[in-house]
Amino acid sequence: MSGVISARRLLALGVDRLPRPVTGVLAALAPSTVGDIALVCLADALVGASFGAISVSGGLPAWVPVSMSVLVFAGGAQFAAVGAVLAGGGAAAGVVAGLVLNARLLPFGFAVADVLGPGRLRRCLGAHLVTDESVAFTVRQPDAVARRAAFWACGLALFVCWNLAVVAGALLGGLVGDTDALGLDAAFPAVLLALVVPSLRRADTRAAALTGAVVAVLATPWLPPGLPVLAALAGLVVTVLPRRSRARSPGSGG
Amino acid sequence: MTPLAVLVLAAGTFCFRIVGPGLRGRLRLPVRLDRLLSDAAVVLLVALVVVSTLTDGHHAAGWARPAGVLVGGALVLRRAPFPVVVVAAAGTTALLRLAGVP
Repeated sequence: MSGVISARRLLALGVDRLPRPVTGVLAALAPSTVGDIALVCLADALVGASFGAISVSGGLPAWVPVSMSVLVFAGGAQFAAVGAVLAGGGAAAGVVAGLVLNARLLPFGFAVADVLGPGRLRRCLGAHLVTDESVAFTVRQPDAVARRAAFWACGLALFVCWNLAVVAGALLGGLVGDTDALGLDAAFPAVLLALVVPSLRRADTRAAALTGAVVAVLATPWLPPGLPVLAALAGLVVTVLPRRSRARSPGSGG
Repeated sequence: MTPLAVLVLAAGTFCFRIVGPGLRGRLRLPVRLDRLLSDAAVVLLVALVVVSTLTDGHHAAGWARPAGVLVGGALVLRRAPFPVVVVAAAGTTALLRLAGVP
C-alpha cells in the first residue's frame, strides 16, 4: 500500500514526463524498495539543504551550489570542492579532489550500462543519474525489469529531491546566517560515513582507508585546504604493495 | 569558485559516468582497475569524513562536531535509517553548541 502511495508521489515529482516504459516498470518495484528509496531521498534532501546553506552562509553566491548540484550531481564531490574553497584553498584542489572522488562512477557506469536501454539521449540522461545510491538500489534487484525500474526511480527521484533541497538550503542559508548553530557541519560527514561503512568489508580496504585518514589529518596543518584529502590516496599503497610481500615476510618495514 | 571550475568538475564527472553506458557492454573493466577505483573512492571518502569532522581550515574543529558525527556513526552501525543518522548528528552538534561547547 505504502508502495503505491510512494510511487504516486514520485509521479507527482515529475516522473510522469518520462517515456512510458519507464513509468510502466515503476510498478515492478517491491513496496519495501520504494520505501527505502524514499528514505534515502529524504536523507539526501537534508544533506542537500545543508550543502546549499553551508555554501551560501560561507560566502559563495547561490548560483555556485545550485548549478553544481544540477551539473555535477554528486554530493561528495560537491562538498569536497566547496569545502576546499570555503576553507581558503584554491578551487583547483577542490576540483581535483572531486574528480578523483567521482572516478568511482566509472565502474558504476559499467555496472548499470544494461539498464539504461537503447537511444543516445536516454543513455546520456541515465549516465548523469549514476550515483552511489542509484547503483546500490539497482544491483540488488532480482531481475532485469526490477533493475531498470529501481535505477530510474531512484535516479530521478534523487535528482529532483537533491536539487530542490539545495535551492531551499541556499535560500535558507542566506536567512539563517550561522549554519554552525544548527549543527549542519556535522550532517555531511555523518551521511558520508553512512554511505562508506558498507564498503569497508575488506581488511585491506580498511587498512588503506585508515592509513589515508591518518595521512590526511597529519597533513592538514601544512597543506593548503583540499590537498590533505588527496594526500590520503597514499593509503592505497597498502592495498597494492603487501599482496606479494605478505606471503614471504609479514613484517616488512614499508 | 569560478564558473569554469564548476564546468570542469561537471564535464569530468560526466565523462566518468558515460564510459560504461557508452560502450554498451562491448568492453569489460579489468578487475584490478575496478578494485583500485573503488578502493580509491573509499579511501577518499573516509579521509573526507575524518578531515571534515576533525578539522576546520588548518585548525582543529572543536568538540561539538566530532561528537555529532560520532553519534551518527554509532547509529550507522546500528543500521538506523539515513534521515535518523543525519538529524541525530546535526542535532547533537547543535545542542552541544547551544550548551556552550565549541
